[in-house]
Amino acid sequence: MKYSIFSLARAAFSGHKNWQRTWRDASPKDRYDVVIIGGGGHGLATAWFLASEYGIRKVAVLEKGWIGSGNAGRNTTIIRSNYGLPGNTGFYELSMKLWERMEQDLNYNTMVSQRGVINLYHSDAQRDAYARRGNTMRINGIDAELLDLAAVKKMMPFLNFDNARFPVQGGLLQRRGGTARHDAVVWGYAHAASALGVDIIQNCEVTGFVRDANGKVTGVETTRGTIGAGKVGMAVAGSSSRVAAMAGLRLPIESHVLQAFVSEAIKPLIPNVMTFGAGHFYVSQSDKGGLVFGGDIDGYNSYAQRGNMPVMEDVCEGGMALMPMIGRVRLLRQWGGIMDMSMDGSPIIDKAPVDGLYLNAGWCYGGFKATPGSGLVFAHLLARDELHKEAARFRLDRFRRGAVIDEKGVGAQPNLH
Amino acid sequence: MRIVCPFCGERELGEFTCLGDAKPLRPAAGASDDEVFDYVYLRDNIAGAMSEHWYHGGGCRAWLKITRNTLTHEISAVEPAAGVGARSAAR
Repeated sequence: MKYSIFSLARAAFSGHKNWQRTWRDASPKDRYDVVIIGGGGHGLATAWFLASEYGIRKVAVLEKGWIGSGNAGRNTTIIRSNYGLPGNTGFYELSMKLWERMEQDLNYNTMVSQRGVINLYHSDAQRDAYARRGNTMRINGIDAELLDLAAVKKMMPFLNFDNARFPVQGGLLQRRGGTARHDAVVWGYAHAASALGVDIIQNCEVTGFVRDANGKVTGVETTRGTIGAGKVGMAVAGSSSRVAAMAGLRLPIESHVLQAFVSEAIKPLIPNVMTFGAGHFYVSQSDKGGLVFGGDIDGYNSYAQRGNMPVMEDVCEGGMALMPMIGRVRLLRQWGGIMDMSMDGSPIIDKAPVDGLYLNAGWCYGGFKATPGSGLVFAHLLARDELHKEAARFRLDRFRRGAVIDEKGVGAQPNLH
Repeated sequence: MRIVCPFCGERELGEFTCLGDAKPLRPAAGASDDEVFDYVYLRDNIAGAMSEHWYHGGGCRAWLKITRNTLTHEISAVEPAAGVGARSAAR
């Protein structure tokens, strides 16, 4: 169905009892041109771009649980393109532009809110680094503003400006950054892809690959039977190593848990997305009023989708250092998502060393903001067998070639990203 | 998660730092590019019981070898890891 003011009015006048399903819950067919493993934002976006942009409509998205039940439902909903390294700058801006037209493209309200993202700085060195990053962004046609202390005070008067150890000196602001509703992104892509004929198959866990005599992947074994495929794309962040292992691959990835938190709802307080540059803390306020925030990963391998207390304490301390008054706000809930920590902190989009298999992995902390861009470049790779120009540096062999993209500059230890 | 240090007894997680998979061993000088690449970048990334190196920095400062299930966080064995610190210090 097509959503409009009239469909909304019609549904309202009939007591909201006649809404149609927004997408089809399909059963697997014998064969597809492309099978995508993983019904998160990236997998569904890929399917939609395959159908809408590249004309490939015999596509199935396989999800082991229900769509959006993995990392797509476990993030802090931030979107931005404030990256400084070649390879990242263009890619995240491509993604940002797709966020800006997503609702029109998908005919779905994904609640994209360009409320601004500000990275605070607390030292001269950090100011210089942010100035440089902002300049890089502006050279590449991306908006960035370096704010001084007075400008930050005007925008966020509630911060603790008397912090002796980490005094706020200013911030790097990207006004076009902001947030989007994570569940709606999943449903929106499912809605639009399904309308173009894509089969979204839930409760369908992939248990192995079907290979021909030459070793080429020609399909997948699943809990709902064998499904043939011309090509198989993996978009299973958090579980990339496990799925790749079924094809005999080892990846430069470790899985780590990242926690996020929501407070009880309070009146509008935080006008944008803020990051506390001195520690690692980021926060925004949801439209319902809860403060949504997070910090570091827990620091050890995990597939458990839950975290531990020391990081909880550390994250809350970060928040308190920035805004002491939130100390009386109660924490409503907390969750953990499993991150594909790649060894340089950047994603991997490439053909796998196994024929017929394609990788979309290694998103580290930052998969959500990449959702539309990732879908587009992965669809491009699956359709054309060549990398999109904005994803050309995300190749798997960059580690072997020494061409890593280390945005944070902390080396090859994923627990440091 | 709490860890029973063989020297200090049961302590909270915050006293420890995880260094990751205990399986990769630093290749000898003169190892091939493939061996070095494998050691630096590739990981088994096990879902299940995994042997890891941990450092008890907030306690006895000993290096430990811990067997932990990455699906449940359950710890089944903790033992001193003699010589591990020296071998891993260069990481």
